[in-house]
Amino acid sequence: MKSLAELEAIKSKMKDFVDMRKEDSACDHADSVRATVLVCGGTGCTSSSSPKIIKEFKDQIAAKGLEDEVKVIQTGCFGLCALGPIVIVYPEGAFYSTVQVEDVAEIVSEHLVKGNIVTRLLYEETVQEDSIKSLNETNFYKKQMRIALRNCGVIDPENIDEYIALDGYKALSKVLTEMTPEQVIDVVKDSGLRGRGGGGFPTGIKWMLAAKSPNVIGKYVCCNADEGDPGAFMDRSVLEGDPHAVIEAMAIAAYAVNAEQGYIYIRAEYPIAVKRLQIAIDQAREYGLLGKGIFGTDFNFDLDIRLGAGAFVCGEETALMTSIEGMRGEPRPRPPFPAVKGLWGKPTLLNNVETYANIPQIILNGADWFTSIGTEKSTGTKVFALGGKINNTGLVEVPMGTTLREIVEEIGGGIPNGKKFKAAQTGGPSGGCIPASLMDIAIDYDSLIQNGAMMGSGGLIVMDEDNCMVDIAKFFLEFTVDESCGKCTPCRIGIKRMLEILERITKGNGCLEDIDKLEQLAYSIKESALCGLGQTAPNPILSTIRFFRDEYEAHVVDKKCPAGVCKALVSYKIVADKCKGCSLCARQCPVNAISGEIKSPFTIDTSKCIKCGACIEKCKFGAIIVE
Amino acid sequence: MNKKETVAFNGTKEQEAKLMEAINRHKGSDGALIPVLHEAQNIYGYLPIEVQTMISKNLDVPMAEIYGVVTFYTQFTTEPKGKYHIGVCLGTACYVKGSGDIFNKIKEKLGLTGDSTCTPDGKFSIEATRCIGACGLAPVLTVNDEVYGKLTVDDVDRILSKYTD
Repeated sequence: MKSLAELEAIKSKMKDFVDMRKEDSACDHADSVRATVLVCGGTGCTSSSSPKIIKEFKDQIAAKGLEDEVKVIQTGCFGLCALGPIVIVYPEGAFYSTVQVEDVAEIVSEHLVKGNIVTRLLYEETVQEDSIKSLNETNFYKKQMRIALRNCGVIDPENIDEYIALDGYKALSKVLTEMTPEQVIDVVKDSGLRGRGGGGFPTGIKWMLAAKSPNVIGKYVCCNADEGDPGAFMDRSVLEGDPHAVIEAMAIAAYAVNAEQGYIYIRAEYPIAVKRLQIAIDQAREYGLLGKGIFGTDFNFDLDIRLGAGAFVCGEETALMTSIEGMRGEPRPRPPFPAVKGLWGKPTLLNNVETYANIPQIILNGADWFTSIGTEKSTGTKVFALGGKINNTGLVEVPMGTTLREIVEEIGGGIPNGKKFKAAQTGGPSGGCIPASLMDIAIDYDSLIQNGAMMGSGGLIVMDEDNCMVDIAKFFLEFTVDESCGKCTPCRIGIKRMLEILERITKGNGCLEDIDKLEQLAYSIKESALCGLGQTAPNPILSTIRFFRDEYEAHVVDKKCPAGVCKALVSYKIVADKCKGCSLCARQCPVNAISGEIKSPFTIDTSKCIKCGACIEKCKFGAIIVE
Repeated sequence: MNKKETVAFNGTKEQEAKLMEAINRHKGSDGALIPVLHEAQNIYGYLPIEVQTMISKNLDVPMAEIYGVVTFYTQFTTEPKGKYHIGVCLGTACYVKGSGDIFNKIKEKLGLTGDSTCTPDGKFSIEATRCIGACGLAPVLTVNDEVYGKLTVDDVDRILSKYTD
């Protein structure tokens, strides 16, 4: 790729084909392709056999001799993972959900051959009497604004031409041919973009610091794709759906800070993302978008992938670099910051996947456009991975400042089974809980910190009344204890002590002083631990104590678990009025703790009961309760 | 102390040739150790001391450093995996939807107690995995490369019964 003209040539060649997928497409499809079938190939849908669906589509279409008119394309994640596998057929934009392999024949023969949309398979909300509702008008998509995810679920991530057709690599050509590195950094600074990995450090400042470090022996640009927070899958989806956006952004960053080599550090647990990223890198090299003399300038840049090996701490920047160097991924004290002394002792710029994914759009549309989105101090959008007790699990991207209520109730479609919202956990093991009383705060970096939670990388786990907050705090501490690298004492020993106290509390052996002790320990660990993992590990505890102190007190004072989760603190009881004496529960009980006469109320022998819950699941009358 | 049963190392010449090829390809590049370990684990399925020794000798990295790296990262294992390796996701999204119960049920079904993770006949092994990112399908488990989602404890029997040979 030596010039913008070559890029434009590819773009115009692909234009008609890709334009079909735009909502407002007015093109007349002069191209011979009259329909496109997009099948989600994200991890969620792949797990529910979308590759088989793609194969079936291709086979059926070939059998009907339609392979020149109808194209099947595997895309990245559409976001609505709860309804996977997802298939969208353009130009109509028919959104088929939970498609099974057996359904493919009907879609092909009815929709693609006869032109009749198969209403039975449509996403319910898009079904209207005489037409289909556009996806952008559905509750799930209406409030979303896609910048980092703009190409996810739209293009084939394994085809660089499709990325180029949607303005891909245009930002890189603009930067290399029209802008100085200083101007690039200024645009990023003015955009107000902050690190999407969780810390929220201003990206432009980071770039400026890395650019200032003298390039004596080389510099590096790295991408943190070690998305270790349980329940977070934003970065994975970006890499699976739009890998070129990250590659392009890293090249732009390299130009801005004067580096020639980049590394993407990605979890080995994400095989699909690794594969697509490698394909994308190879394609970019082939087009000369990576390598020497990019766009006919004297700018050189190349990229390599480095696989993580399952260590949460490697998401911390200094640990990540030690790991790329091939050692145990232990963090080291800062300063010196990576911008001064990073990978192999050389100045290094490290950003997260989602942060990079915003860069090409900021370059193309300008800083003012970006600052017009979001709140004053948190500009742009944020991608959240919605999970837990919520109807629309999946991936959403909303402007900063959207309230938790909008995300949970409108986009997320509320809590299943009519249960009540209790809290949302953000930021994974480093974050905290947002209780129902704060559902109307605008979510941005600063408001979350003020409320004792943190943005984190964007995992958002919803919990309902059946979740015990002490148990959740314990869950996260078990995680951090397990993942602590052991280098510094506050983290290695301090967190372990906190976990022991929590275990005591959940077993009914806690006392009121334990809660104070937990708080004291938490604050001293926060202040003294070496790296981000240790410093933030107490957050889940502090925020649950802050908002759910009554639950802690119920555990230690009344020796009760209000949510009925902590097994040592609950007992099972049969409500005599509701029991019909059907004996179903007694037959389910693995330890024969339930007895009684048929047609009269049964009873549970609590000394035998192992609290497995098998009886509750089977009882049709709701006669068994947990106290 | 109860001694752990270990399966004797029985690497083949072909595996060794593949490993040597991988070592030679990475040798000399910065940070070669972890990529080599990844490939070695793909070749052998695990990283017993014999494999670590080969890497140490040929990549010219001290054994202590290799052992340090292998034991640091959870992906690297010095224990062989069963013919069918079950991974139950204990990430947050799966956990709040009850994957902990599923994990326990499978261990109970396979007769695994305490820390043991592999059945004596080498057929099944189990591991509590970190979030695999299929949170939309929570709770999730994997058997080798097959993914099962939206599970309840009652699904365990059905899934295990698929792997009888």
